[in-house]
Amino acid sequence: MNNVIKLYCQTASLAELRKFLQEKLEESAISDALQLQLILAVEEVCANLIIHSHHCNQSEHISVQVSQSESRIIFEIRDQGDSFNLLEYDTPKIKQVVGEKRKGGIGIILVKKIMDEIKFSAVGKTNICQLIKKI
Amino acid sequence: MLKLKQISESPNHILRVQGEIDASNSVQLDEAMQEAIQTGTKSILVDCLGLEYISSAGLGVFMSYLEDFKEEGISFKIYGLSEKVFEVFKILGLDQLIPIFTDKEAALAS
Repeated sequence: MNNVIKLYCQTASLAELRKFLQEKLEESAISDALQLQLILAVEEVCANLIIHSHHCNQSEHISVQVSQSESRIIFEIRDQGDSFNLLEYDTPKIKQVVGEKRKGGIGIILVKKIMDEIKFSAVGKTNICQLIKKI
Repeated sequence: MLKLKQISESPNHILRVQGEIDASNSVQLDEAMQEAIQTGTKSILVDCLGLEYISSAGLGVFMSYLEDFKEEGISFKIYGLSEKVFEVFKILGLDQLIPIFTDKEAALAS
C-alpha cells in the first residue's frame, strides 16, 4: 500500500491531496467528522507551503506520508522550500481576524486545534513537519 | 469542484454554495459574496446544503465581510451545513459570530 503522495506546488493539487487522505483514513475506524478535520489540518499546512514557501511554482513539489498505529496517526509533510515553522507563528484571535477584515491567518488556528502534536525538523535541505493525532 | 448560484427572493438574497471550497477556488466565493452585496439587499443567506468541504480559505472569505455587514446593517445567515462541516465552524468559534440554521425555513423565521 502506497502511503505517500507527491504534490506539485499548485493549489489544484489540494483536491488530489484530499482524495488521497480520504482513501487512507477510510481504512481506519475514525469518525467521518474527525476524518474531515484531519484532512483539513493537513491541507492547511500543505496550502501554506504551496502558496507561501513555494509561491505556487509547479516545478517544485511537496510530499505527504500517512502512517497509523493503534494509538495514533502521523502525517509527515516534506518539502525543500523556505522553512515555515507554524509553531513560531503568532496565532491571531478569531475576533482580531474579523475586526481587521482579514481573509487569512486562520488555517494555523485550525491545525493547532485539531492536532495533538506538531513537530518540525530538518534533514539537510529537507523540512519535515509531523502532525500527530491520538486515536 | 465548486458551484455558486445567486438567487434573488426579495427582500432576501440567497447564495447557493455546492461542492468543495479550498485555496484554489476561494476567490470565486469572494466574487460571489461581492456580487450578492452589490444587489443592495439587506438580507443575505448562504445555502450550504450542498457544501461538502470548506478550508480556511473559504471560511476567511465569510469572516472578512462580517464587520462590513455589521456596519451596513446587512443581515447575514448561513443554513444547511452538514454536521461535519458545522464542526469545523465550531472549532473556530464561528458559530458564535455567524447565525447558523439547520434549514432555510429556520433561517427566515429567526
